[in-house]
Amino acid sequence: MDFRPELVISESFQFLVVAALFFQSLLYKVVSIRMRSWLPWVAGLGVAVNLFCLNTQGTMFYGSYQVDQLSQYFKVIVALGFFFASLNATRQPTLPHEKRYDYFLFMALSAWGLMLMASAVELITIYLALELSSYSLYAILPLRSKDRQAAEAGIKYILFGAVATALALYGFSYILATQHTSYLATLAIYTWTWADSPLAVVGLVLFLGGMLYKLALFPFHFWAPDVYQGASNETAAFVATLPKLGAMVVLIRLGALLTPGLEITHLLAILAAVSMTWGNLGALAQRDVKRLLGYSTVAHAGYMIMGLMPGNAEGLAAAGFYALVYVLMNLTCFWVLSRVAADGRNLYLEDLNGLHRRSPAMALALAVGAFALVGLPPTGGFMGKLFLFTAAWGHGYDWLVIVAALNAAISIYYYLNLVRHAYTQDQPGREPAAQPEPRFSAFWAGALALLLLFLGVLPGPAFNLALRAGEALLKLGG
Amino acid sequence: MLSAQLPVLSLLIFFPLAGCVALFWLGDEKKVRVFTLAVSLVELALALPLLGFRLGEAGFQFVEHAPWVASWGLAYYLGVDGISVLMVALTVAILPLCVLCSWSYIASRVREFHFCLLFMTSACVGVFAALDLVLFYVFWEAMLIPMYLLIAVWGGPERRYASIKFFLYTLAGSTLLLVAVVALRIAGGTFAIPELMQKGYSFDFQYWVFLAMAIAFAIKVPMFPFHTWLPAAHVQAPTAGSVLLASVLLKMGTYGFLRFCLPITPAGAEHFAGLMIIISLASIIYGGAVALGQSDIKKIIAYSSVGHMGFVTLGIFVFNLRGAEGALFQMLNHGITTGALFMMVGAAYERSHSREISDNLGLGKYLPAFMGLWGLFAFSSFGFPGTNSFVGEFLVFLGAFQRQAWVGFAAVPGALLAAAYMLRLTQRMAWGEPSSVSGWPDLNFREWAYLLPAAFFVLYIGLMPGVFYKVMDASLQNMLSLMQRPVAHYDAPPAPQKSGGLLQAAGLAGREGGR
Repeated sequence: MDFRPELVISESFQFLVVAALFFQSLLYKVVSIRMRSWLPWVAGLGVAVNLFCLNTQGTMFYGSYQVDQLSQYFKVIVALGFFFASLNATRQPTLPHEKRYDYFLFMALSAWGLMLMASAVELITIYLALELSSYSLYAILPLRSKDRQAAEAGIKYILFGAVATALALYGFSYILATQHTSYLATLAIYTWTWADSPLAVVGLVLFLGGMLYKLALFPFHFWAPDVYQGASNETAAFVATLPKLGAMVVLIRLGALLTPGLEITHLLAILAAVSMTWGNLGALAQRDVKRLLGYSTVAHAGYMIMGLMPGNAEGLAAAGFYALVYVLMNLTCFWVLSRVAADGRNLYLEDLNGLHRRSPAMALALAVGAFALVGLPPTGGFMGKLFLFTAAWGHGYDWLVIVAALNAAISIYYYLNLVRHAYTQDQPGREPAAQPEPRFSAFWAGALALLLLFLGVLPGPAFNLALRAGEALLKLGG
Repeated sequence: MLSAQLPVLSLLIFFPLAGCVALFWLGDEKKVRVFTLAVSLVELALALPLLGFRLGEAGFQFVEHAPWVASWGLAYYLGVDGISVLMVALTVAILPLCVLCSWSYIASRVREFHFCLLFMTSACVGVFAALDLVLFYVFWEAMLIPMYLLIAVWGGPERRYASIKFFLYTLAGSTLLLVAVVALRIAGGTFAIPELMQKGYSFDFQYWVFLAMAIAFAIKVPMFPFHTWLPAAHVQAPTAGSVLLASVLLKMGTYGFLRFCLPITPAGAEHFAGLMIIISLASIIYGGAVALGQSDIKKIIAYSSVGHMGFVTLGIFVFNLRGAEGALFQMLNHGITTGALFMMVGAAYERSHSREISDNLGLGKYLPAFMGLWGLFAFSSFGFPGTNSFVGEFLVFLGAFQRQAWVGFAAVPGALLAAAYMLRLTQRMAWGEPSSVSGWPDLNFREWAYLLPAAFFVLYIGLMPGVFYKVMDASLQNMLSLMQRPVAHYDAPPAPQKSGGLLQAAGLAGREGGR
């Protein structure tokens, strides 16, 4: 078998985490170690391991599994996201104690699936990795005490997810039937115009549908607000961030097939425009903060798709960079939500009132996160948008850039609402005694906010990684 | 030359930021105030090397250039010419006055307040000094956050409404500016402003880029139909916020016109000049007329700002040297005079706890020094000869008459209105039936300290404007000559595949497209 262990150190490390969690889950009656005492630190070590493996390159399993710059870049982000998400989830008030180990097992498994997805360059491999990461999510979504909404969220996610997966498989069969290969590298040689091979185009569109479902792009977005609302804050933090990475990395790989002017590209552009507008308009009306962030996800999915339009390395790099920023911005906001809702309930905008007095660090982190989501400098969100806009301009999709800019204007209102409630509205009657903030939450909120600011002021290092990945991808595929 | 080696502009940008960070270690409110004052004075001293500005040179001086994100063509590129050096100086000079005038006015969350002031200053200096489009945009947007907080946290009773209106208006306006930045990058091949000024663009390109930029700048100025955020923000902001808003923020809009719209998209500017002139005239008349009807002193001054900024945009869009000089003078003058008037309203408010005219009547008898200075600034505000605004308004009128006589005549009622509302206000404040003023103290040392420098410059520019001409003339002439360059008939490097976007997308199932 074509297997080279030295290529997959980062995946192996994550697999060891999964295995450790599995054994702990089996033996929890015998040995009971507190989750928070080891998992976050191991996940943090995972980030270091992934950074260490940043330059690994090679293929295995007969070319279906490729370790390249793109995959390593995304694996670092997955590891980083897993670190913060697990750190966040260790203090989860609504998680039944006896299910604690299984919860983290599935979470780690899902992250592992996403890592595999980053390296998958063959349609069946992609499909397997996608399912591996999705099934784990199906299991953890309803784990929120005995909450009915959580159960509803779980069912919704499974049903929609199953349909989307079925569509993707159906599309895959079309691609295989018309192009006779499932390797992306070979698929990239073919032309994907309607005129040449209509069935292949239909197949690719359907296959993309499966990815777009994960990304919550219009018209596959219906689940996002409901699922976020139903799931516990900490689970939502995971679901809202990491799975998008898996979808994005596959879309970036498929993006090498897309050139400006193709029907599929047009379709994606239109979906992106509708998605932004729909998501932003929907978010305007929300009071529940998680629903608001759900709609914001829909809008951001649209922004990220913009990077695929020009079909060049800059565009793919911009999309990759935005994926990193997206994960960090949302983790920052969800971190604050999870900490503020100490009893694990859903927060409404009014619950944020006077946050700047109760816990200044949380308020500041929320402000940084929200301003990053708007795309305001000096945060990473601005740099991400700038890269996306510059890459997409001048390739026949100028209108999409203008739509995106107008959408940023719409979105200001509801993101600013978060800041406004936290800073300018005080809780009537209840003048809170400034309780000392837990060091733990303030420290990591600060770390996330600083990361966002760092990406805004000095985006160079991270962006160059993405750019190298994009260039390598096009050289390989083109 | 020593100053050429010293990174003056970077120091001016980053020193206040360092001050911001240091504030976190100061617990005591008094210490915070003294420390911020010290920082602001050191900042002023750091600006002294700018006196080494070489007169008569049109190009950029004190240039600093370093790569930022090299793979995307972003650079850390700073420099000032005769236009921006004055604005940088104004920004830096206003800071200590802002600290002084909030000494007793701001009583809660003192540290955060001064944090915002310092952060604002660095962002504002950055806006005027940036020569890279993206760097400019970063500073331009970064300044919104502290200004929003200044209004939203320390403002008056309607602060929530005012702050969110300010934020939404200005940010919504500048989203299209970002698109313009991106379009310029693709068409001009660089983010560097001086290089973009040299290139030729097709008329259609200039038309749309001008519009995208002009909306952002017109909102910031603000010009007539977009002005509604300004009175709300001015009235609700704390004194220092109003001063910064009037003296520095509004100037960014007109600076944008001078720096971007005219030199980069001259044909677009020429095309829209008529419209811009009419809007400017509307601002002048409308601002004056509405100011006449107000009973709140701060509102009068806020609306007078709309009128004054109308003069500035009028001077810019008549496209001649006198007009441009007048516009730049008015930018400076408005910063000094209106800033000072806002500080005086703040001082009056600390005594009467009201901004209504009817609660501040008859101050002349009991507060002679206060009223004397008020008189000076009020006279300056409507352009009395001998004060700074006379120079500016006179030049703008000269430019307007040079362009077309009707433009000049149409602006005359605006100047009359300014005299009407300012004199009416001053008369009632000085000689009205006193409303319980007997117990109020006259100006104290701190108030003298922040009003006298402004008064000095009112008279200095009014009587000896010569040196300012010398600073600005070469750069303005250069700008006007850049406007003469021909319109290109191509849109820079043609994109690899220029498809019709929406049109083609509509024919989704059609046969066009493909590799």
